[in-house]
Amino acid sequence: MTTMSSTAVEATDTSIDVDFDFPQRKAPVVLSVKDVYKDFRLPTEQATGLKQAFINWMKGVRGYKIQHVLRGISFDVRQGEFFGIVGRNGGGKSTLLKIISQIYYPNQGSVKVKGKLVPFIELGVGFNPELTGRENVYLNGSLLGFTRAQVDAMYDDIVDFAELGDFMDQKLKNYSSGMQVRLAFSVAIKAQGDILVLDEVLAVGDEAFQRKCNDFFTKVKKDPTKTVILVTHDMNAVKRYCTRAMMIEDGKIVSEGDPETVADRYTLSNLEAEQARTRKEQGQKENAEKVYPEGLNAQCPLLRVTPVSGRVSDGTKPFEFQIEYEYDQPGDFYLAISLNDTRRGGITYDSGPKVFRMKKRGHHTVRFSLPLDQFNNGDFTLVASLRKPNTEHPDETDMVGAALGVNSCSFVIRNSRNGDYALLSDRALRFTAQEDAQTVEVLDMGQWKNPDSVERKEEARRAATSRQ
Amino acid sequence: MSLVAWNLVKELKQKVSQHYGYAMTVLKGLVKTDFKLRYQGSFLGIAWSVLEPLMLFCVMYLVFARFLRVSDGTSTYPVVLLLGICSWQFVTDSTNVGLRSIVDRGDLLRKIHFPDYIVVVSATVGALISYAINLVVVLVFALFSGVHFTWRVLLVPLSIIELYLITLGLTLLLATMYVYFRDVLHIWDVLMQVIFYGMPIIYPLTYVTARGGWLAKVARLELLNPFAQTIQDIRHNLIAPQTQPTIWSEFHSWWAKLIPLVIGALLLWLGVHVFRKNTRRFAEVI
Repeated sequence: MTTMSSTAVEATDTSIDVDFDFPQRKAPVVLSVKDVYKDFRLPTEQATGLKQAFINWMKGVRGYKIQHVLRGISFDVRQGEFFGIVGRNGGGKSTLLKIISQIYYPNQGSVKVKGKLVPFIELGVGFNPELTGRENVYLNGSLLGFTRAQVDAMYDDIVDFAELGDFMDQKLKNYSSGMQVRLAFSVAIKAQGDILVLDEVLAVGDEAFQRKCNDFFTKVKKDPTKTVILVTHDMNAVKRYCTRAMMIEDGKIVSEGDPETVADRYTLSNLEAEQARTRKEQGQKENAEKVYPEGLNAQCPLLRVTPVSGRVSDGTKPFEFQIEYEYDQPGDFYLAISLNDTRRGGITYDSGPKVFRMKKRGHHTVRFSLPLDQFNNGDFTLVASLRKPNTEHPDETDMVGAALGVNSCSFVIRNSRNGDYALLSDRALRFTAQEDAQTVEVLDMGQWKNPDSVERKEEARRAATSRQ
Repeated sequence: MSLVAWNLVKELKQKVSQHYGYAMTVLKGLVKTDFKLRYQGSFLGIAWSVLEPLMLFCVMYLVFARFLRVSDGTSTYPVVLLLGICSWQFVTDSTNVGLRSIVDRGDLLRKIHFPDYIVVVSATVGALISYAINLVVVLVFALFSGVHFTWRVLLVPLSIIELYLITLGLTLLLATMYVYFRDVLHIWDVLMQVIFYGMPIIYPLTYVTARGGWLAKVARLELLNPFAQTIQDIRHNLIAPQTQPTIWSEFHSWWAKLIPLVIGALLLWLGVHVFRKNTRRFAEVI
């Protein structure tokens, strides 16, 4: 009998554990988007005039084309979540936000909102330049559905947050554009709504104000009653604030879940798009002028670095890549490879000019690998050059061709064990305090370097559990 | 029993405020803003809301009553004239502002979800406030001209409500059309002139009917226009029961009397219906 009960206790224990893993699971759904489709009619010709309309009608031209902006979007947001929506420009994010805010209506599907929703879209909530700051706050409050008494209650908070105490009785047209946005943003976030919808707002105000916003978001993230839906292109923000994220491309959800995975997916899709663009540009150039891509020439018409393993690496395994070259001149020749840090700048590592001597002429592919274990998170590019010895100084080499631009290979390292700031991780090197424990206490740094690290999250969860 | 009734009223009141409380808050905010902005930057400020109609009335009084001597022979005619003009001005004010209201507030509609009709209603309410101020000025004129008020004054609010509802319907219709066709603005400008001169406002109806012939018969039809009907009712009941012809005195068959009421009701229904059907698309179109 006793064993029975103890198993029962254990069983409940595990179920509690599962709940801690997904604290949002239990919260009620406050926003439910189901199978939403949205089309827009885009006028192809200027059919605004009667004459043009008549001509179009005679020709049987419709005068517009249908653009499918959203095609079947479904997701739920639960109370207390900080939900990020990312995606490239024109992917339908803003349209989706407007549908969530019930400014647009979907052609198909449904949106259910529970609680008061406060939108902050297209920078500002429609301020009137002829009114004073105070009047605008009250007017906006009423438009957002707050009574005068409710606005009275939050007015001081709004003004404090906007740091515009001395300007509230000035007309809005006398505000600088930064001040206007600051006020609008403060109204949106200090209004006592249940769901806050934010569109591209993280670059509001000066550095001090941004720091304040950062504090606010960090606080809101922990508040289980406030739900935030954030659209942004700032992947650091997604990783820092969001508890869940979703990526939209061409009106569809392509990735949903853990903010880190989604953010990396977004980074990758941008990387690919940029490469596709440069490739296209160069293709056009080649067609037009019959010239070689930048860095290449008749002697060395082909030199290209391509990844063998995926472009997103977790850093635990070496990065594998290959170099394809075409070279038919007599004499020795070498391949030199350098690793560039795209985000931090600078050359991280270089093979040296006379290290890899190639033994085969013609069109060939050689494979290389590079261990990444020592690095923190980062964006890198591998650039290669083909070299031959200098005729006058045999110790030096001349570059014949280089794999630049599209021919180079970019990849990223993303792993929650890594920090983002420095290039090298703690696994590569550490500072050593030349003091005894009385003067300096050495803490475990890995845990504090990255606020989103697994250890850090574990810690936060433990703290939350003990509070309950 | 009375307690039950009282509770019922209370519950009803609560339900109304729950359903329309938000709309009322927004409406108040918008009307207040519009009113504030109208006289902003002027030295006399809000005093203009009284001064402007007062000065306009003086001009009209001089032109029509003194120089042109338009009159039906009674001493109260100048006041009747003023009352007619300011009643019609309510209609033009509210349609002119209301027609553009959806487009003008486009920046707002694209950023916040709120019932769009409030924007149009706030335009008409703004015009209604001006109308109320004008009516006070007219009443002052009336007192000076020695008008004898009768019990019929009590009927005036009914006519004003009717005039407001017809105008609201028309404004909703025009505002919707203006979102799609900007030509409506110019068409309505012309139409307003046609309607204005097609009503016995700056001329007494007797002016036309007294000449006899077919024109006199047609002139009576002017009263079938719901605007003419309401404005004539207001003038008749407020100032001159003896001299102002109304639909009730000019027509004898009951169906003829119903015509302006039916037109007015249709206009209101059409305006509300068309507006509601299109309200979801406004944010996308403008």
